[in-house]
Amino acid sequence: MASLDDLKKRITSVKSTQKITKAMKMVAAAKLKRAQESAEKGRPYSEKMNNVILNLSNGISDKDNAPKLLSGSGKEQIHLCVVMTSDRGLCGGFNANIIKKAKSHFAKLAREGKELKIVTVGSKGNDQLKRAYGDKIIENISFKNSKNANYFDADKVGKIIIEKFEKEEFDICTIFYNQFKNVITQIPQAQQIIPLNTVDDENKSDETYEFEPDEDEILNNLLPKNISTQIFKAMLENSASEQGARMSAMDNATRNAGEMVDKLTIEYNRSRQAAITKELIEIISGAESL
Amino acid sequence: MSEEFKIEIVNPEKSFLSKDDVTEVIVPAFEGEMGILKDHISIISFLKPGIITIFSKSGEDKFYVEDGIVEFKSNNLSVLTSSIFNLKEMEKSKLQDLIKTAEEESNKLEISDQSKYLADQKIEVLKTLN
Repeated sequence: MASLDDLKKRITSVKSTQKITKAMKMVAAAKLKRAQESAEKGRPYSEKMNNVILNLSNGISDKDNAPKLLSGSGKEQIHLCVVMTSDRGLCGGFNANIIKKAKSHFAKLAREGKELKIVTVGSKGNDQLKRAYGDKIIENISFKNSKNANYFDADKVGKIIIEKFEKEEFDICTIFYNQFKNVITQIPQAQQIIPLNTVDDENKSDETYEFEPDEDEILNNLLPKNISTQIFKAMLENSASEQGARMSAMDNATRNAGEMVDKLTIEYNRSRQAAITKELIEIISGAESL
Repeated sequence: MSEEFKIEIVNPEKSFLSKDDVTEVIVPAFEGEMGILKDHISIISFLKPGIITIFSKSGEDKFYVEDGIVEFKSNNLSVLTSSIFNLKEMEKSKLQDLIKTAEEESNKLEISDQSKYLADQKIEVLKTLN
């Protein structure tokens, strides 16, 4: 059994760990509120953008001549996967979930004999993927210096992707991110952004639009923007999910530390009591023998 | 019959402005300025750098935009833009900054004709505000 001194030291150490996790939980909760707000505020833009593109692609007259970002390059050999993770750790299963989702997708691509290229956004994803897929990673983007997700950063990522597409470095692009459902649930998502999936047109309108200039030109102008918008949306969802995941992970850690302190305190009290009893017996038996 | 319609301006971060007592909006569409009144035909167009003017019951508002898309449908005007500034709240120093970045872009050597045109357009519009 550990000595009294050792137990005392352990209790103090667990208590200070608990203080840290508690503080982190509170910081995450405050940040979560902000991240959630901006994720909600950002939704109208991406929804409207999607709507406009849906209307446009329905109205397009010449399907064969549609812009490549919409219809694809005609091949599906080279896949680009953009894995979006956080820059910081200690957020429970947040990064692991995205990586798991991405890896199963990679395995599927490998079985089908497709070529794989990876772009990682956020340093944690890069750390976890570079061991197994180091030779496949062609770019690593990290925004450690920007405090919140902002459109400017998303636009940078979007431009990099489009540039690569125009150089015909890949045919299909999929982004991986966590969708924020609530504090304890985040759903890892794989979303194809090039070519654009226009199958899910539930709210298809029959309205005919007038276009100025013509559809093709608007589409050419709009599609690159849409890519940045989708990435921005993923970034916002991701940052809300990250804070949510961190908050619940830190809440768990705080609770576990509390349980541990209780257990250790009982053990400490028991051994103290045992020591006292032992001393008493020694004294009494010493007195009796006299 | 009222002559008002709704306008909503959204940027990626938030819904920038929403009004439902608008009588006329002038937007800098790519092929020239375009005035939109109630019951305009459904239209989609995109913007070049310029000034959006909104006439409403509560007065007149002016905004500077660098790019964006307008969609008008069943008396709802949506403007999607990534950079928009309210002229009333814009400070002189901010204006100078914008002019400077636009000029730098315009003076770049390897620039496509279209981006050069857009940058020049920005400078032109911004200088008139000065």
